[in-house]
Amino acid sequence: MLRTRALSGGVHLDDRKISSGKPVEFAGIPPEIVLFMSQHTGAPAKPVVKAGDHVLAGQVVGEAQSFVSASVHASTSGTVKAVEDRYHPILAKPSTAVVIEPDGKGEIWEGIAPGSDDISTLSPEDIVKIARNAGLVGLGGAAFPTAVKLSPPKDKPIDVYLLNGAECEPYLTCDARLMVEEADEIVFGFRAMMKAVGAPRGIVCIEDNKPEAIMAMERAISGKSGIELCILKTRYPQGGEKQLIQVVLGREVPPPPGLPFDVGVVVSNVGTAYSLAKAIRTGMPLVDRVVTVTGAVGSPSNFRVLLGTPVSFLIEKAGGYTGEPGKVIMGGPMMGISLPRTDVPVLKGTTGIVVMTKDEVNLDKPLPCIRCGRCVDSCPLRLLPVWIAAYSDRGMYEEAEKYRALDCCECGVCAYRCPSRRPLVQSIRLAKQAIMEERRARAQKVSG
Amino acid sequence: MIEAILTLGISGLAFGVLLGVAARKFRVEQDPRISKIIEVLPGANCGGCGFPGCSGLAAAIVGGQAPVNACTVGGNAVAEKVAEIMGVQALAVAAKVAVVYCQGSLDVAEKKAEYVGIEDCRALDQLGGVKGCPYGCLGLGSCVKACKFGAMYMSPQGIPVVIREKCTGCGACVKACPRKIIELVPADKQVHILCRSYDKGPQVRKYCKLGCIACQACVRACPLKAISTDRGTLARIDYSLCDNCEICVSKCPVKTIVSYKVREEKAVS
Ligand code: SF4
Ligand code: SF4
Ligand code: SF4
Ligand code: SF4
Repeated sequence: MLRTRALSGGVHLDDRKISSGKPVEFAGIPPEIVLFMSQHTGAPAKPVVKAGDHVLAGQVVGEAQSFVSASVHASTSGTVKAVEDRYHPILAKPSTAVVIEPDGKGEIWEGIAPGSDDISTLSPEDIVKIARNAGLVGLGGAAFPTAVKLSPPKDKPIDVYLLNGAECEPYLTCDARLMVEEADEIVFGFRAMMKAVGAPRGIVCIEDNKPEAIMAMERAISGKSGIELCILKTRYPQGGEKQLIQVVLGREVPPPPGLPFDVGVVVSNVGTAYSLAKAIRTGMPLVDRVVTVTGAVGSPSNFRVLLGTPVSFLIEKAGGYTGEPGKVIMGGPMMGISLPRTDVPVLKGTTGIVVMTKDEVNLDKPLPCIRCGRCVDSCPLRLLPVWIAAYSDRGMYEEAEKYRALDCCECGVCAYRCPSRRPLVQSIRLAKQAIMEERRARAQKVSG
Repeated sequence: MIEAILTLGISGLAFGVLLGVAARKFRVEQDPRISKIIEVLPGANCGGCGFPGCSGLAAAIVGGQAPVNACTVGGNAVAEKVAEIMGVQALAVAAKVAVVYCQGSLDVAEKKAEYVGIEDCRALDQLGGVKGCPYGCLGLGSCVKACKFGAMYMSPQGIPVVIREKCTGCGACVKACPRKIIELVPADKQVHILCRSYDKGPQVRKYCKLGCIACQACVRACPLKAISTDRGTLARIDYSLCDNCEICVSKCPVKTIVSYKVREEKAVS
């Protein structure tokens, strides 16, 4: 058993994993599917279908346009109703989407051909190609194109691959359920990932509040050489890529633009490994994922959801609201984004939908900072959240940048710990946006 | 922690002192035209010209990076003086005023959500806003805060209003608005289609009483063919063709089109 290091900063949260005992079930085909061309980190895909076209499940509707991008596939069969701007839940503004009216048949595209059940027949390049063709992205939330992750620069050898099953956000249970139910598939996908990057060693990382998942994964990796298990003490935000590397391996990823590659590591989410396994075996691209629908709903659940399914449809499926809904969060309660509306679709990176009642949402105004230093103590990246936020609030973005605003991973621990309920993360996010805009403007001036 | 804060306070002070000394010591000779231009510029330091304050613009004009009429606030009078200092011909400055292309105040636009967080439109924009319309005004008044000339205020229903007589056309509000719904328009243009929603008509109707539904009534009514629809879902006026005849104003079934002529005349009488 691996000896782990303590996470620097962070918090212990009440994990509220109320849906952890619920097996994954299919949510069904919704009346409308909305597939954004931008649901991953990188350049948006380009729509390759038009209104009136009939599409089948697995067929490409949006083509990746560059290296850091991902194709988008129809998640079920039906007719393309429109290619138009819809409100994008994460970008928080209208963005191009392919809208499909499902025919309810779920017919699969004839181009989908079963692949291989034997990883040894595949070359690393084959595996990268499968990930790329499947439009696969990291399913832990950040939605970074998997094919890019599986292609580390030649001069940066990878010696360890971490499989992230930490799921440190409260409420979310999609990864835990997947590990319980599909451990063998996950390990199959993980072995393919290790082969793709040439990593001799793989470590499955799970927090100790998921005993069932630990048991299942332990069984699945037994006898598989090079793969070990690492059980972590539950602490937020341990599932963050950098934090996980620090805790498990004691390696420090340099600040941005530093990447895990730089310390010889790649990290992927268990859901990604599962979807890669499916793509390898069946040839089916990424068209669905597991989403936890939980909180103040009739029956908190784990659903297998077709990408593009509206959030409102899922809340309905989970028994509707109990009590007066206050916040509907896409993602986990710490890092997710609260939605102003529920007619938005599930994206590739959507891990969960968490509903909070009005009573649970604190609408009190923030109080002045009392200089207690809790935010500073708890920041896992050892930043000074209070200063970055203070500079941001005064529009002093250059200073905020000097205080490493861009390093912030928006884990939310600082704001969670702040006794004055100061919206620290929001201020920091604003500074990040302003700094990036300024950089772009400068770059434009230079090139123009 | 207290220690850390003290240190910061003290080092801040120390830096301040150092800077003062340094500024005195390293002062370099500069082109005398710069200080002359600074004298004739309005001194508002609004940044509307895109340079850091009036002195920044003065240096830029002398350095050839900005035209002599770059200060919209100062208008023609200032442009002429600057041109004289620079020894060139002055170019006319077209007076422009800011127009807010949204009327979605809380009494006409559907409110969908409650917001707790920092009072800054950019911050709210990152969350999608509280109204049904994803294009319209967010209502936290970042533009008003950016206006250094007191030319804007928030209406009680939460929509910014430009006091046209006070507006200098500096464009600070235009830059402050994350939804890009403020534009500088020639001051003599008085008829405006106050909507920026590209959603289709039925959708717009659901969330705003004053939003453009792209019915094309104005497009057909305009005798000068100054109106066309952008992406088929939003009517826009080509100001170079419009002569303020106001025919479209009465034709719009949802009252998206507004004439400031009427308002201004009313204000006079
Ligand atoms: S400053 Fe950023 S990284 Fe640090 S605790 Fe706050 S949100 Fe997390
Ligand atoms: S209203 Fe806008 S353009 Fe006019 S003076 Fe104020 S900030 Fe400048
Ligand atoms: S900055 Fe833009 S969104 Fe904010 S109040 Fe002004 S016009 Fe509205
Ligand atoms: S008449 Fe009004 S609603 Fe119709 S297109 Fe013109 S501005 Fe839009």
